[in-house]
Amino acid sequence: MKTNVKKQILELAQQGKRIDDRAFDEFRPVSIEYDISVNAEGSAMVSLGNTKVNAGVKMDVAEPYPDSPNKGNLMVGLELSPIAAPQFEPGPPSIDSIEISRVIDRGVREANAVNFEKLCIKEGELVWQVFIDEYAIDSDGNVLDAGAIAAIAALANTKLPKLDEENKVDYKEKNSKKLELRNVPLACTVVKIENFLLVDPNSKEEEVADSKLTITMSEHGIHGIQKGNGVLTEQEIAECITLAKKATDKLRKQLKLK
Amino acid sequence: MSYTKRVDGRAFDELRPMSVKVGVLENALGSCLFQMGKTKVLAGVYGPRQLYPRFLRNPEKGTVRCFYNMYSFSVSDRKRPGPGRREKELSEKIAQALEPAVMLEKFPDAVVDVFVEIIQADAGTRCASICAASTALADAGMPMKDIVSSVAMGKIGDKICADIDKYEEDYEGGATDIPIAFMPRTGEITLLQLDGEISPEDLKKAISVGREKVKEIYEKQKEALTAKYKGDKQ
Repeated sequence: MKTNVKKQILELAQQGKRIDDRAFDEFRPVSIEYDISVNAEGSAMVSLGNTKVNAGVKMDVAEPYPDSPNKGNLMVGLELSPIAAPQFEPGPPSIDSIEISRVIDRGVREANAVNFEKLCIKEGELVWQVFIDEYAIDSDGNVLDAGAIAAIAALANTKLPKLDEENKVDYKEKNSKKLELRNVPLACTVVKIENFLLVDPNSKEEEVADSKLTITMSEHGIHGIQKGNGVLTEQEIAECITLAKKATDKLRKQLKLK
Repeated sequence: MSYTKRVDGRAFDELRPMSVKVGVLENALGSCLFQMGKTKVLAGVYGPRQLYPRFLRNPEKGTVRCFYNMYSFSVSDRKRPGPGRREKELSEKIAQALEPAVMLEKFPDAVVDVFVEIIQADAGTRCASICAASTALADAGMPMKDIVSSVAMGKIGDKICADIDKYEEDYEGGATDIPIAFMPRTGEITLLQLDGEISPEDLKKAISVGREKVKEIYEKQKEALTAKYKGDKQ
């Protein structure tokens, strides 16, 4: 079964084609639905082809971390909920889900997607804490890139809650102050199947891939790299970066962030 | 204390606006997005499939499992991800509310998994979960005796109310929650919980109002299912 799929993918690749009629350097169609959950400070459902991820941002106040006393805290979690695919199992987060969460987290953090210094309330004492929680609801491969888009979409949709006189969060009072996006990091996963490099693998391509590389990029450059299974040559890594730059630049222009 | 008017202007036995959509997911065999007022729930069904660990298998009849998952951002104060005691109890109650409607004898040894995701919460999430889950089971083509319909009844102050929201659940003048689920065709009850203080007479009244009101939910569930199979755009 797996070898048949691989054979089909390779035969098409030799003609420059993919099983879902895409170019090698093309993401699947992306759509965003905002405000999927009113109790979140910001929320969005992102579809990347048939892969769908729900994301929400909750904000709270907390003590800053000792190594960043003047910066807000960030925490990203993505659950591969068992509703999303028959192979996802209920229970504590799988290693895949932890890895995906951490790669998305690093992208948002390193690209300074939001100005974390503006999220400081009182240096060394009180800062905003930003929780981005995501849940896959349908998986057709590459949940990571979909999750990275969903994180940015939910952040772009975020309004800061109000603080009362005692610096407690009042969730009932809606504030109109938006969390400002400074930069748009996007993750781009490239898989190698024999000698072909394909961007944004669907589940069939993902399953037969020999190796995998995820590159998170913004307009300012590369912010994160995560190699998956398999091996890649220096030349192939350079090609992956070229593909990722082209694909993320195009996607960034298409995204309707609000 | 007299509760004279509902905060959103509804009649005491009036449900919030409802929306039911089926077939919203690709991978799940059956799925349903169910919205009751601001409570929004997504259910997905997988199975019948092999049940592990093996000792849980029943050679006489199949098993229905439910996993109730509350999104961290579905409520005002962020809920810590992962199932706590509340989620585990609700998962069990939802599965027990669904089981009587499913013809379990048709799939001995196997399991049907129902995953329920609470996307947005404004009270009544277990009832909405049961409605979403039973509609998703029907969407999956599961052999069933009936669809299960559920409503969050309550005694708010001195009034019996149907489909209570978060404001009513937290009402200072006293609130008693009574989530109920029925198989509307026979009127049999598959879920009943109560939390608060109520007289036996008022409880009887709440159940009988609930029995009438779930018929409206039942119609919406059936409408969504027939619309899909008639090929109507939802």
